[in-house]
Amino acid sequence: MGICLPNPGEAHINGVIVPEEKAYEEAAKQFLMAKVPTIFPGPLVLWAWNEKAAKKATAIRHLYNTLKECVQPGQTPMLIPMPDYRPKYPKINPEVEINPNHPNLTIWHNKIDCCMFVGVHCHQANLALKIIRGGTSCYTIAMCAQAGHEDAMLSFRDASVEKIMKLAEWVRKLKGTVQPRLTSAKSGASN
Amino acid sequence: MSKERIKISEDLYDIMPSDYQDLVKSATYGKEDRGWKDIGNSKELIEQHSLCAGCPESMAFRYILASLPNPEDTVMVGSTGCTSLVFPMVAVHNIHSLFGNQNAIASGLKRALSVRFPGRTKDVVVLAGDGATVDIGLDMTLQAWFRQEKFTTICFDNELYANTGGQESGLMQKGFVAKMAPVGKLFDKVRLPEIARESGCHYVVQCTVSKPSLIEKVVRNAVMISREIGPTYLQLYTPCILEIGKNSMEGLQEMRDSEKPTERFAYKEYISEPAKQLLAEMAAKDKEKKAAAKQLASQGA
Repeated sequence: MGICLPNPGEAHINGVIVPEEKAYEEAAKQFLMAKVPTIFPGPLVLWAWNEKAAKKATAIRHLYNTLKECVQPGQTPMLIPMPDYRPKYPKINPEVEINPNHPNLTIWHNKIDCCMFVGVHCHQANLALKIIRGGTSCYTIAMCAQAGHEDAMLSFRDASVEKIMKLAEWVRKLKGTVQPRLTSAKSGASN
Repeated sequence: MSKERIKISEDLYDIMPSDYQDLVKSATYGKEDRGWKDIGNSKELIEQHSLCAGCPESMAFRYILASLPNPEDTVMVGSTGCTSLVFPMVAVHNIHSLFGNQNAIASGLKRALSVRFPGRTKDVVVLAGDGATVDIGLDMTLQAWFRQEKFTTICFDNELYANTGGQESGLMQKGFVAKMAPVGKLFDKVRLPEIARESGCHYVVQCTVSKPSLIEKVVRNAVMISREIGPTYLQLYTPCILEIGKNSMEGLQEMRDSEKPTERFAYKEYISEPAKQLLAEMAAKDKEKKAAAKQLASQGA
């Protein structure tokens, strides 16, 4: 059967199609529950190749700042770039970047237990999401500008500046209402 | 890609790894007089390359990339071999072709770019090893030259198939014994520079990469001539130090030894009449420019 991708106005959570509003709530909850909630911006937003990309970058920074404001002590939000997709030798520095060919290194090193991909080309996002899903227990969110990602545990589609801002609003809205997983080692990233 | 597009989003600038910040801050894109002297004090164009320690190919790559006259509007076409391991690390657009069909890909690419960007200068440069250029891809190499396709072909000649363990190639010298060719080569090294000349190349050079200034000159000439007149070919000796039993630091000396007048990589150059005319015009323009700059400087003083 596989996973059907959402239609416009919808999203999917663990393969189940839901109204987009429900996905905002769930994504915000996951971010606020995580010990190391992380945003992975890709080349489509890291490089200001058009005006829209630059605006999305601003929205991503806003989401990150909101996360920092809304988490509790002991939670450490991160913003780690995926600047390009080339395999790197001998290996990447997992403290400063993530690479789609071995994304698990960055997840493991930083003990990331919830991440969101944004501005990553779909074919590379699919590869990285598969590896993360297969090799870690990190919760994966895709803020996809196209049709969504079946390999993410939660996926939006048609990502825009407004949608990123709306997710930030939801994070703010749920501030203080979600219990973070600070003590549970099993729920964090693992191999 | 225009260099205006190579900008990091302001809001995410601080999280970008320093490699990428350097690329934007110190790249030589858009600089008219860029050249090998930029290597070291500007962004070197290769990051974390995957070639062996001391490999002359890495020197050659750096010199060539630093010498391209128009890197922001250049597409390089690579092929299977050691070079293909480096291309993902290069800050110039590049395409990996199938083993041997690099000149066919480049032909189509050059034509497509001319149609898509009629008002802009787009350069195409093929860079492949001797296996791709002379053995497996000889048909495509020659056909591109016969058709007078306007791009440069550069062959990194290491005289064998290096990254598969040392098999015999057409450009291997006669009598050479390689790890995977124990009998020794029975035939002469293919005389591709001569074949290139007869096949219609307007600028042909064979040399080693021991002298960066020379590489800068021949790369610039080759690209400018291919842009205006027709195909050009550079055959650069980049010995595989591992396969010829040398140490990492001995690559440069090996090239110096091989470029002596009596050796097989003695400097060889052929320039067609139209190309000679173009080079003379370019030299005259350069001279005028320098004179104008000198005059301006003396007025300022």
